[in-house]
Amino acid sequence: MTDLVSNGGRFAAITQRPPRPEAVVAAHTRRRYARERRFKLIGMGAVILAIGLLAILLATVLSSGAGAFRQSYAVLDVRLDPAKIDPSGNRDPEVLADADYQAVLNDALVSAFPDMDDRQGRRALRAMLSAGSAIQLRQMVLDDPALIGSTVPVRFLLDDERDQYLKGEVDPGIPEANRRLKDRDIALIDRLAEQGRIETGFNWTLFTNADSREPEQAGLRAALVGSFWMMLICFFLSVPVGVAAAVYLEEFAPKNRWIDLIEVNVNNLAAVPSIVFGLLGLAIFLNLFGVPRSASLAGGLTLALMTLPVIIVVTRAALRSIPPSIRAAALGIGASPLQVVFHHVLPLALPGILTGTIIGMARALGETAPLLMIGMVAFIANVPSGPLDPATALPVQVFLWSDSPERAFTERMAAAIIVLLGFLIAMNVIAVLLRKKFERTW
Amino acid sequence: MATAIKVDDLPKTEVQAAQRPAPKMSARKVNLWYGQKQALFDVDLDVAKNSVVALIGPSGCGKSTFLRCLNRMNDTIDGCRVEGDIRLDGRDIYDRSVDVVQLRRQVGMVFQKPNPFPKSIYENVAYGPRIHGLAANKAEFDEIVETSLKGAGLWNEVADRLSQPGNSLSGGQQQRLCIARAIAVAPDVILMDEPCSALDPIATAKIEELIDELRQHFTICIVTHNMQQAARVSQKTAFFHLGKLIEFGDTDQIFTNPKQQMTQDYITGRFG
Repeated sequence: MTDLVSNGGRFAAITQRPPRPEAVVAAHTRRRYARERRFKLIGMGAVILAIGLLAILLATVLSSGAGAFRQSYAVLDVRLDPAKIDPSGNRDPEVLADADYQAVLNDALVSAFPDMDDRQGRRALRAMLSAGSAIQLRQMVLDDPALIGSTVPVRFLLDDERDQYLKGEVDPGIPEANRRLKDRDIALIDRLAEQGRIETGFNWTLFTNADSREPEQAGLRAALVGSFWMMLICFFLSVPVGVAAAVYLEEFAPKNRWIDLIEVNVNNLAAVPSIVFGLLGLAIFLNLFGVPRSASLAGGLTLALMTLPVIIVVTRAALRSIPPSIRAAALGIGASPLQVVFHHVLPLALPGILTGTIIGMARALGETAPLLMIGMVAFIANVPSGPLDPATALPVQVFLWSDSPERAFTERMAAAIIVLLGFLIAMNVIAVLLRKKFERTW
Repeated sequence: MATAIKVDDLPKTEVQAAQRPAPKMSARKVNLWYGQKQALFDVDLDVAKNSVVALIGPSGCGKSTFLRCLNRMNDTIDGCRVEGDIRLDGRDIYDRSVDVVQLRRQVGMVFQKPNPFPKSIYENVAYGPRIHGLAANKAEFDEIVETSLKGAGLWNEVADRLSQPGNSLSGGQQQRLCIARAIAVAPDVILMDEPCSALDPIATAKIEELIDELRQHFTICIVTHNMQQAARVSQKTAFFHLGKLIEFGDTDQIFTNPKQQMTQDYITGRFG
């Protein structure tokens, strides 16, 4: 009883406090709501800002890169004169290969523009087509010698500056001296268009060719193949090693100072600037192991080094998110620690691991700096046929093209960015889908 | 004060234990440390075959810790050290020759919170037999799953949806699924760590009935906070306080005529 009385006394200070005036409470409530509204507005503002910046980025890239997916061609009737290509008439491939196709091409050009048959005129006509046009003719004849003697319509790549003019990128209004494309060239292109000899189509060259000095012939093939090999090597090296390391550290390793030290270092490694990994790759893979310079193998190994700590950190986080009750349940029924990991913990952590892996791979795909250190910044004009061939990567190709003054290269750079972003978005979508598919609750 | 009481009392319980047939599990002088902190002090306790032993005591008294010594679940805790002698059928379970995986097959466990695997009901029950190689083909697995679910009193409720996930069941059903999972590997002893604390009274009643039936075939050691439950389901009750076994005896005697003042105080709700 005394307890109760004393309790009453203790609570008296609380229960007998005078009520706060209605107005004070209302003002307090109003302030609280206002604060909440302000916070919501700030949050919305932040989201809108982020989306806006993203929209600006995408709009800029898309508007400047979209043009690169279209390419103008000139269609000329080419008479494959046997006298010029194969005077002896015995279709000897060596003779066919050595023939003067530039002369054949010149004839075709002049026959389309008979009034230009002088030295300067011919030069202007030649400049209209891509520098590789004669080689294109040669290849065509070598592929099918039966064409010799006939007149065939052939689609030639238009020179990049003329292509830009047709896309409306060259303003004829600016003084001729400030233009690469002179009035005479513009007039020629306009005449070609009037004759109906200009065709516009999808720019397959962008995906079938490697880099070139001629913008209209430059493509992403070497970069795509290089990036593909690098991703493959990076994935098959960093994922098994990273997941195994994470599983060991998280599930098996004793908790002592050494493991703590390793943990700190792994976390630090994940934050090391990527160019440092490039230097490491240069020192280890190129100088020590003698991996060929600028080969996809060297790039893949270096990117794997860079991705490894990310995968370890992500996998550990995914493993840690699995409730201990699942481990206890499996252990309690007599599963060995290895069975606990492989039957229960790892499958449940898989969505998290996959998401982290794909995001790590996406980061590796977009990485440029370490690749510069191992020579992948080279001009690669041949499509690599394997991981040991010199190659380049998509972001490096972007970097290379961004250096070029030609308008067509600027356009292609933006196109390369679009392709790169396309892959990154695809990878992230896959990450989301995988997460949705495998996600389980408990 | 607690130690003074215990020193007088323990020899008596030991003598009583020695007079009965060999116990299924016996613990002698069990001491346990979590790092530097000692959590169990010289615990002596016998679990007779086909009986239910209830471990009661206030929170943090070491009853769950002791329970987890019986199937070496404490091995998984870093810095945990066990001394003393714990025997299953007379064999030291902390002996080097004992495979902890086999031990846990013989001494199964049901946890406080129902923790079915996020797999189908069928898979939950079949998992144990599968990893221990107890069935050779689908028919044998089917048979084990059916008998285990029947044993846990769950068969009638889930027979037509064995392929549904285990965590789609209600809490009480999940706990019975966990019991089915535990008995599927035909253990000798089942340890239950507050199996009803997350369940409503009806589900609790079902589990208690089930424990009574299970006792015919298994030996059960159950930790509970609910003294009525201890009184209802167990034949023997052990009262723990601050890591020490204060009193161990027949449940009727503990609840009607405890020898220790501290036990008396606890079961009458004076502290805890």
